Amino acid sequence: MEENKVRVRDFIGRHIRGHELTDDEDIFASGFVNSMFAMQLVNFVEQTFGIVVENEDLEIDNFRSVNAIAALVERKTAAPAA
Amino acid sequence: MSLPTPVAGIPEGAAAGKAGWTREGFRAFVDREIAPFAGEWDRAERTPAETIRRVAEVGYLGALLPREVGGAGMDTVTFGVLNEELGRGCSSIRSLLTVHSMVAFTVHRWGSRAQKERWLGLLARGETVAAFGLSEPGAGSDPSAIETEAAPDGDGYVLRGRKKWTTYGQVADLFLVFARSEGKPVALLVERETPGLTVQPLRGITGTRASMLAELRFDGCRVPRENRVAGPGFGIGVALSALEVGRFSVASGCVGILQACLEASLAYASERVQFGAPLREHQLVQRMITDMATELRAARLLCRRAAELRDAGDPSAPEEIFVAKYFASTAATRAALDAVQIHGANGCTEEYPVERYLRDTRVMEIIEGSTQIQQMTIARNEFRAFDAARS
Repeated sequence: MEENKVRVRDFIGRHIRGHELTDDEDIFASGFVNSMFAMQLVNFVEQTFGIVVENEDLEIDNFRSVNAIAALVERKTAAPAA
Repeated sequence: MSLPTPVAGIPEGAAAGKAGWTREGFRAFVDREIAPFAGEWDRAERTPAETIRRVAEVGYLGALLPREVGGAGMDTVTFGVLNEELGRGCSSIRSLLTVHSMVAFTVHRWGSRAQKERWLGLLARGETVAAFGLSEPGAGSDPSAIETEAAPDGDGYVLRGRKKWTTYGQVADLFLVFARSEGKPVALLVERETPGLTVQPLRGITGTRASMLAELRFDGCRVPRENRVAGPGFGIGVALSALEVGRFSVASGCVGILQACLEASLAYASERVQFGAPLREHQLVQRMITDMATELRAARLLCRRAAELRDAGDPSAPEEIFVAKYFASTAATRAALDAVQIHGANGCTEEYPVERYLRDTRVMEIIEGSTQIQQMTIARNEFRAFDAARS
């Protein structure tokens, strides 16, 4: 889990240079990224963690923070889609 | 006139066919059922329903869908060859494949289980024809500027707004519509029969005149929650992923236009005599033929490379599709201009197809990312790679 968070933090950090991101920080509410970035996050987690993001996963709450993304990856890894 | 298809560096048999599809098969269909009638459809500004039915019947509308749902199971390489051959015959019919495939891809990739069960078979068989509702009077290159509103209402949405330039909107049964819901973009499947939806044909378009463009008006359309493909925040992302499919389709269609320009120019330059010699013996004409033939090969290889990368799941595929679309669409313009020039006054009449090719290329440089958007995106990608290499 922690290793996943590092990779997520690193990816987001490359897009919001000059700000130290905390794991529970809402990246959309804080205005660091916009909704165009949401799909980049989807592509990133799919390619990095080898999971498939599906219709029911396409909720901003799943991508709102480092913690949220790591939790999604954890869930998808633990219970692969049928 | 039918000529051999020179495909530099790519054996014909290998150009397509993992699932039994071949370039020769696509070409034969286009030569028999599309190309001879494209000029007539263009002048009438419509595609006959029978032609759409035939394109569906041979399986092309299910190109990107897997065989399990009745689709053709094509990989991107094969899809590219199909688009190229359709584009050689008629850019409007190629546009039908483009927009229908964008929606089919989206439902397959991002749709819910219930949406897949309901729509994929129908889309694969072409029993449902789909169109893509993103562009608006005030939102073209900037999709985030969409103003169509999907107001939450109970267990669904109420849709209000307008979509413009909806390709095959006049005949589509299903629309993938992008709208704002409480400020955030969503993607919704809207059926044609939805009360409050009106479809207004658009006529007098410069190119792809048979593509039955429409303006869609949503006046309080009730759309159930189960028709939502992408929730708030993901609408534009889903649109962009569909546009990647569309961009590749258009790029490959432009290779077809290049091929058509070359074939028409070779034929005309062989027959037309000026100053006591066929045009083909005039060196300035030869130069135009050379440019066309060279750019055709380059465009084809760029599309092929982008397709192979996409099929391999390579993350650089989107960038390569931008490059392929930029080159193929601008090269198609150059080829069409030269083809008209070779044809002289005849090239400015409906008696020869090159004037249609030229009009169609105007559209190719605008749809699925204008030439300027491609230039900005490609340059940005190059700078990003440069910065990454330095850090």
